[in-house]
Amino acid sequence: MATTTMSEALNQALQDCLAEDDRVVVFGEDVGPLGGVFRVTDGLTAKFGEERCFDTPLAESGIVGMAIGMAMNGFRPVVEMQFDAFGLPAFDQVVSHAAKYRNRTRGTISLPLVIRVPTNGGIGGLEHHCDSSEAYYAHTPGLIVVAPSTVEDAYTLLRDSVALDDPVIFLEPKHLYWSKTDQELPRQGDPIGQAAVRRSGRDVSLITYGSSVPLALEAADAAVEEGWDVEVIDLRSLVPLDEATVTASVRKTGRAVVLAEAPGFASVASEIAARIGEECFHSLLAPVRRVTGFNIPYPPPKLENNYLPSVDRVLDAVADLQWEDS
Amino acid sequence: MSVTTIAEMASSLLPSDPPVQFIDEHGDQHAHERYEMPSPQTLLDAYAALVVGRRVDQQATTLVRQGQLAVYPSSQGQEACQIGSVLALRPTDWLFPTYRESVALITRGVDPVEVLSMLRGEWHCGYEPRRHFAAPQTTPLATQTIHAVGVAYAAQLRDEDTVALAYLGDGATSEGDFHEAINFAGVFKAPVIFFVQNNHYAISVPLAKQTAAPSLAHKGIGYGVRGERVDGNDVAAVISVISDAADRARAGGGPTLIEAHTYRMAAHTNADDATRYRIQEEVQTWQDKDPVDRLRTYLRTSGQLNEEKEAEFADRADAVTADVRTRFLAGLPPIPPSELFAHVLAAPTPQLRSQADQLRAELAAEGEE
Ligand SMILES: Cc1ncc(C[n+]2csc(CCOP(=O)(O)OP(=O)(O)O)c2C)c(N)n1
Ligand SMILES: [Mg+2]
Repeated sequence: MATTTMSEALNQALQDCLAEDDRVVVFGEDVGPLGGVFRVTDGLTAKFGEERCFDTPLAESGIVGMAIGMAMNGFRPVVEMQFDAFGLPAFDQVVSHAAKYRNRTRGTISLPLVIRVPTNGGIGGLEHHCDSSEAYYAHTPGLIVVAPSTVEDAYTLLRDSVALDDPVIFLEPKHLYWSKTDQELPRQGDPIGQAAVRRSGRDVSLITYGSSVPLALEAADAAVEEGWDVEVIDLRSLVPLDEATVTASVRKTGRAVVLAEAPGFASVASEIAARIGEECFHSLLAPVRRVTGFNIPYPPPKLENNYLPSVDRVLDAVADLQWEDS
Repeated sequence: MSVTTIAEMASSLLPSDPPVQFIDEHGDQHAHERYEMPSPQTLLDAYAALVVGRRVDQQATTLVRQGQLAVYPSSQGQEACQIGSVLALRPTDWLFPTYRESVALITRGVDPVEVLSMLRGEWHCGYEPRRHFAAPQTTPLATQTIHAVGVAYAAQLRDEDTVALAYLGDGATSEGDFHEAINFAGVFKAPVIFFVQNNHYAISVPLAKQTAAPSLAHKGIGYGVRGERVDGNDVAAVISVISDAADRARAGGGPTLIEAHTYRMAAHTNADDATRYRIQEEVQTWQDKDPVDRLRTYLRTSGQLNEEKEAEFADRADAVTADVRTRFLAGLPPIPPSELFAHVLAAPTPQLRSQADQLRAELAAEGEE
């Protein structure tokens, strides 16, 4: 049976965007002949030419700044930060410009650009190759933050991101690049801003996104043995955040655990937990729990498993939800 | 007093053309009008270090194949740069290496096992920087170059004659941080050397896509920093040019930007496939310029190296690699997971303490199972 990996789905999305709209250009470090270190841009230069997909000098601030300028002048750039932490030199361009242009110009200049960011760990990578920086981006007003977890979503959400007129941070979970589907890629998926219920359940809402979705599903399966029926919600985008789906779920189950790989302090998981507290207080049978990475620099490969959320940690959190009351 | 025109000032900052070279690819010696050939003893020491460097590099490549290292960015082809740069400096001069500088660090005297333990995934830096005057190997490109300026300037403020050398690649010269660093160095007249190993590629991206400048060394002039070019596969030239820059820096003459012409013989790392972006013929032309073979030929033909000495050097290199292999295969003492919380801050926050407790409890529970 033919299968498609997430890396291939992203590649297909870029191919389709390039084919359908001449204004789309792809650039960054090693995205040309090499096809990107994760092969997401494989073959694009050969197929569409160097003007449509090209290597730049090695400078992330330059890449994002150039994308902003081109977006101001008729193009729809899709750029790559090679690894999450290597997007940091571009932070000023992202926060001070990409995120603010529309607002500064009272809506007269919008920036249709996508910054693709391979993110998260779990790949045995050395330092600076495994960071989760979604909180910085989600915290910055003016950015759309998209976080696919499935091969199908990777395809449709990237296409939808390219079509948006606002700057998008597109988070690609590295350890899922080689995850596969045997389905044909859908032409259209749920829109950005709509969460998906990946597994429905009665007892607990497990809310997560991106790299942690497979873990959430695994934990939900394991929870069955303990007698807990876990609902798994995949947010799909962090900005906009689909609060309606989250609150409907928690009101139904009365219990919530938020799961994410990033350090938990001042994190996206914290934001979601706070919102559940505000919106679902009267339905909650237990305090909302978070299962996140520790507040430490991402560990070296030999110790990474001590850091990453695990099935056991999720089950411990679920076990903590005051079951004796029910 | 002579009046210096802007044109004169500018030309004094320009690099040599062609790059400084003492020993060509055939092993033949050439004089240079400005620089001095290092002493015979220095060259013999350099050769011994080259033999060790190459062998350790090969050993590391084997270890990565055997799954003993997570990844290895090879120094093959660049050993003369890495070894020459260290031998030209005092052991108390600071080095700011990148991920590629394993051989430089070993030459500095860092235990190869400590160097490679980072790439094995034990911890982010396997050696004690202050003990060796070597900063941790840095991955975010060019970010360490400005630290070198800070360290050098601090030493200058204390009237110490320390020099700092920042390593970087051709690709990293495009990063903004490098430009800030070299500008600061110029303005503060910091005793720092920017040592660019131009190995012609930044992963897959060739130099031609990196810059429109006549050479990377020409990037100095815009910041009032002297540029110099050197044959990076000629260890004699590397030692000479860096010694000269260090002497100038110590005497208050400020920073130098040195571009060494060399070539990355292997892929970017073992995880990379170089056949996707470069042709074998190109690699072959650089094989003919090999830094180790070249010095060997020179030393042999000039009668400075006999079979006996060569065997001695080879034995020494074998002993070093055998030791690395043995200790790697025996396994390194594991770093306890509790250390994950130990060095985040001088005084851990209450949240960190409770997370450390959580991990301890989890591990204890696992131990009981
Ligand atoms: C800020 C930053 N951006 C991107 C990367 C990813 N990356 C690692 S090495 C490399 C190429 C570096 O090329 P060069 O500076 O020439 O050094 P070389 O590897 O050739 O020694 C890239 C793009 C990085 N480490 N840091
Ligand atoms: Mg290079």
